[in-house]
Amino acid sequence: MVVETQIVSFPSLALDCGVTLSAVDCAYETYGELNAARTNAILACHAFSGDAHAAGVSKEDGQQGWWKDMIGPGLAFDTDKYFVICANVLGGCRGTTGPGSVNPATHAPFGMTFPVVTIADMVRLQKLLIDHLGITRLLSVSGGSMGGMQTLAWAVLFPDAVASVIPIATTSRHSAQQIAFNEVGRQSIMSDPDFCEGNYYGKGAPKRGLAVARMVGHITYMSDDSMKEKFGRRLRQRAELGYDFSAEFEVESYLRYRGSQFVDRFDANSYLYITKAMDYFDLAAGHASLGAAFEKTRARFLVISFTSDWLYPTYQSLEIVSALRGRNRDVAYCELKSTYGHDAFLLEVEAQSDLVRGFLASTFARVAHA
Amino acid sequence: MKRPFVQNVLSRLDYKIITSIIPPQSRVLDLGCGDGELIAWLMENKDVDARGVELLPDLVQAAISRGASVYQGDIETSLNDYPDQAFDYVILSQTLQQTRHPLQLLRNMLRVGKRAIVAFPNFGHYSVRLAHLFSGRAPRNRLFPYEWYDSPNLHFLTVDDFEMLCAKENWPVERTIFLAGRREVKQFPNLTAEVAVFVITSR
Repeated sequence: MVVETQIVSFPSLALDCGVTLSAVDCAYETYGELNAARTNAILACHAFSGDAHAAGVSKEDGQQGWWKDMIGPGLAFDTDKYFVICANVLGGCRGTTGPGSVNPATHAPFGMTFPVVTIADMVRLQKLLIDHLGITRLLSVSGGSMGGMQTLAWAVLFPDAVASVIPIATTSRHSAQQIAFNEVGRQSIMSDPDFCEGNYYGKGAPKRGLAVARMVGHITYMSDDSMKEKFGRRLRQRAELGYDFSAEFEVESYLRYRGSQFVDRFDANSYLYITKAMDYFDLAAGHASLGAAFEKTRARFLVISFTSDWLYPTYQSLEIVSALRGRNRDVAYCELKSTYGHDAFLLEVEAQSDLVRGFLASTFARVAHA
Repeated sequence: MKRPFVQNVLSRLDYKIITSIIPPQSRVLDLGCGDGELIAWLMENKDVDARGVELLPDLVQAAISRGASVYQGDIETSLNDYPDQAFDYVILSQTLQQTRHPLQLLRNMLRVGKRAIVAFPNFGHYSVRLAHLFSGRAPRNRLFPYEWYDSPNLHFLTVDDFEMLCAKENWPVERTIFLAGRREVKQFPNLTAEVAVFVITSR
């Protein structure tokens, strides 16, 4: 399945911070066919470093999508049955308007003059896209990590536009620990001499800072067990300690590799803006409680967490589930066993597929029946 | 996983009992719902809005995979989340004798549900009495197959015990069904019933 990222431009988007962006681009891909009744559309929301390329093979670079194991013919999000949409988030750097985009007013890249965006802003842009595609009600909105935050925001912001949501390995608000890790990443970028207050476009990007930020991120995505299994204390290409500071341990070499790979595909300013959006995320803000925030929701929920995920631990999913049950919302919840840590939401394919497949099928049957 | 005896009996009766109790389009919560078989059956055949709670992850996974809205958690503590009178029926079809605080649980069931359907093995059945009388040991039989040291059962109750509790708590008993094997028994249920099903209401 060869796919191509499309771009649609919207005249304006009013943001939570009070600024209205004009000429907002939204990069997206679709898989499968929209049915005649327009009832089989599913929005997949990507995590922090993802993009619109969720499935299939990119026409542009031949790469497979970030959720290739879950979206496709016969897979959990079965594209023989459903019409799946994925869009790059607002503030991103993979086709959707973000800090690296050209400000129409100045004809120069926004850089740090880009307004601070929120998860709700990202969702409002996705809503414009869904409207543009002629879909009034999504069968499901699904995603892990930051994608999961978007699914929750969808259920709250557009209760009539979603029949179900599947928040995976996520939270209703960032904890101090989660904010802390993001802040380390941001400080790493901003203290790189090449950062130049974010005006590094056309010059050298703050690659060292961005790479270190990514290294920290990767640590938080794994677990003690998964790192033990993947690297242990194994040395790389040598039998004995070298008494120097080269990348001796395999884990060091892995992190350096992931860091250096990341700088080629990700914009440092987007790193700042998107992590900020996650840190600002608090579904209960402005409501008496998390339950009150869910008051208007009408969607079915399937909440999934993973035993070894310490970045988005199970207790955060349970907070969501308890609040939903407190309002007697239709919610299924399962904590899946995994040693992969936060990465589990991309790697534990089989168990997740069973859950998602059954949940979607029964939701689809209800939507058709209603 | 081996099905608990009471659930076995109920499903052998093809959910006839539950069907006869629960009207179509009710809101039902099944506590200890296992792999969601009853929920899926009720959803399909009676257009019931059914939810479930189950502790064991593998069973929860199986239940969600068949489309049931099942929550992974402990039935006793998770009931606290639900608002008052959220359901028409709360079903406890296998585990009353295995719960830590049965009275608290029953009260909570009647708080979140208009009615509770409770099924339990009858410790007053004559075979249990005889087993104890003649062996002089903790009774073991078809109903209570476990050794005393690895039994999941924490409380042993009879039909009469449950009736007395209902009277003491002022819970109107709407209906009782007593079973011996596949048969329904009417006479001397405290002696003859292997399994008792009570439908009680909140006042």
